[in-house]
Amino acid sequence: MNNNFRKIQDRILKHFFFFTALTSTAVLFVIAFFLFKEGIPIFEKVSIQDFILGKYWYPTSEPPDFGILALIVASLSVTLLSAAIAIPLGVMTAIYLAEIASYRLREIVKPVVELLAALPSVVIGFFGMVVVAPFLQNAFNLATGLNLFNAALMLAFMSIPTICSISEDAIYSVPHSLREASLALGATHLETIIRVILPASISGISTAVILGMSRAIGETMVVLMVAGGAAMIPLSIFDPVRPLPASIAAEMAEAPFRGDHYFALFATGIVLFLFTLLFNLIADHVAHKYKQVGEASL
Amino acid sequence: MLRSIDPATIENSQTAFDSTPAPRFYLQRRRRIMEKIVFSAFRTAAVVNALALAIVVYFMAANGWKAISWTFLTQPPTNSMTQGGILPCIVGTLCLSLGAMILAFPIGIASAIYMSEYARPGRLLRIIRLGINNLAGVPSVVFGLFGLGFFVVYLRFGVSILSGALTLGAMTLPVIISATEESLRSVPDTYREASLALGANKLQTICRVVLPSAMPGILTSAILGLSRTAGETAPIMFTAAVFYVPQLPSSIFDEIMALPYHIYVLATAGTEIEATRHLQYGTALVLVALVLGLNLSAILYRSRVRKRLR
Repeated sequence: MNNNFRKIQDRILKHFFFFTALTSTAVLFVIAFFLFKEGIPIFEKVSIQDFILGKYWYPTSEPPDFGILALIVASLSVTLLSAAIAIPLGVMTAIYLAEIASYRLREIVKPVVELLAALPSVVIGFFGMVVVAPFLQNAFNLATGLNLFNAALMLAFMSIPTICSISEDAIYSVPHSLREASLALGATHLETIIRVILPASISGISTAVILGMSRAIGETMVVLMVAGGAAMIPLSIFDPVRPLPASIAAEMAEAPFRGDHYFALFATGIVLFLFTLLFNLIADHVAHKYKQVGEASL
Repeated sequence: MLRSIDPATIENSQTAFDSTPAPRFYLQRRRRIMEKIVFSAFRTAAVVNALALAIVVYFMAANGWKAISWTFLTQPPTNSMTQGGILPCIVGTLCLSLGAMILAFPIGIASAIYMSEYARPGRLLRIIRLGINNLAGVPSVVFGLFGLGFFVVYLRFGVSILSGALTLGAMTLPVIISATEESLRSVPDTYREASLALGANKLQTICRVVLPSAMPGILTSAILGLSRTAGETAPIMFTAAVFYVPQLPSSIFDEIMALPYHIYVLATAGTEIEATRHLQYGTALVLVALVLGLNLSAILYRSRVRKRLR
């Protein structure tokens, strides 16, 4: 009797915990559902092709133009440029922390990188606006310091912590025997890092890079405040741009409720959501398929 | 069997080995120099990161501390936001973050308990984990759209603390789950086995053995979640925060002001952007102090507990 009761209790609890664990997945589906629910109506007015490949984004003119190609190009170029800055810095810092720094230094520098991750995006955006923008404007003699380059620089500092901490974990978990074998063969520490440790941890580092880029493409406040906001295809890295998240955040307040502009912004959200979903699925795939399993990964 | 070796033999063999001493020596030196150069590049990268943090904090502190005063922290804005303080923003941010944590913390812990204590590795766990990882990757502005579409419009909560807290809660859920799961997994299996062997059932084992041992890690995850919600702007732009509210909130259906949104509004949309610069720096400094303070306390707490466990 008592035993039976316990068994039932155990089973109920198991189901309770199971359904709670499904909450996150459910939230993800609800997010997707509401994005599509509020975004799809725009495609009655504009075809999907015109929406994605249209060069002109004039949502408030008469008749309005809803083409987000310039916004997509802006998002991609900002993300790529920031990746070009963040990947070397992040991975090099990770190598330094995992391989070169002494234990005590590591215990100090690692929290600093974590704190960098904790800085609110609006503060980094504000910093880019009031400190970096005037500096760039003077240094390069530009019309405006709020441009693609500034946004990429600020985004780089937001994605470095992600890249650094995940890469560091991957590098740190390379088995000691690999390292020692290489050193015993007469390789220097640097040669060991480049020829043995990096190849062994490449899947973790790739995951880190993809997640860092996914964070950069979805980051809103920084691009809203420092990218300049011009919805045109950039021709140089000092042109002002208007990435996808900036467009959504800046215009949603003015868009008439349930008007075409409102639907178009949700559709822009769908595009952004799909971009990051793709990035995350690739990262997950890489992490699983090329999982580091002891020495077998080399 | 030991053989005594004539020192001369060694010397001879060495000279025989190094038949071409000069290039070998240079090669060796070049490798060493190369290593030095590349290692200092690595070191520079680490220094650049630390410097970036230091510079941002320095600029906020140097320009913001003049604005900080008792009045600034305890008074509402006056004179159409060009003077006065930021009390409503501080209260608003606290309401939103605490509200989000009250919603997300129990769900997060229960999810983590399932994943670490109940689930067997396999497809189901993989799908749940994929859901969590993808939720963590959803851009903050998309959470804002979701909050607008679902909580504000569909559930008719309006632009309110409730909508904002729910949106932020959904956003922090993955942070809490992964941090909690990690600390649950770091509890040694022997603890669980000992408890089960004494006749405790699974729930008793989880509540009295596993959770208490993992508590430091769980608390750290709560602090980190709190600091993340406090700093987010995009999710509350459409769901909770407004430009100006004359009085402090009295119910969860009130609109509110929040620190991050206040910075954004003053820096970009105000009529007197230059005149309120000191207020912007001051607000930014308060936000940075709040967020970094929370994080620093989490880091220090974690390292203290780790030392004790070692």
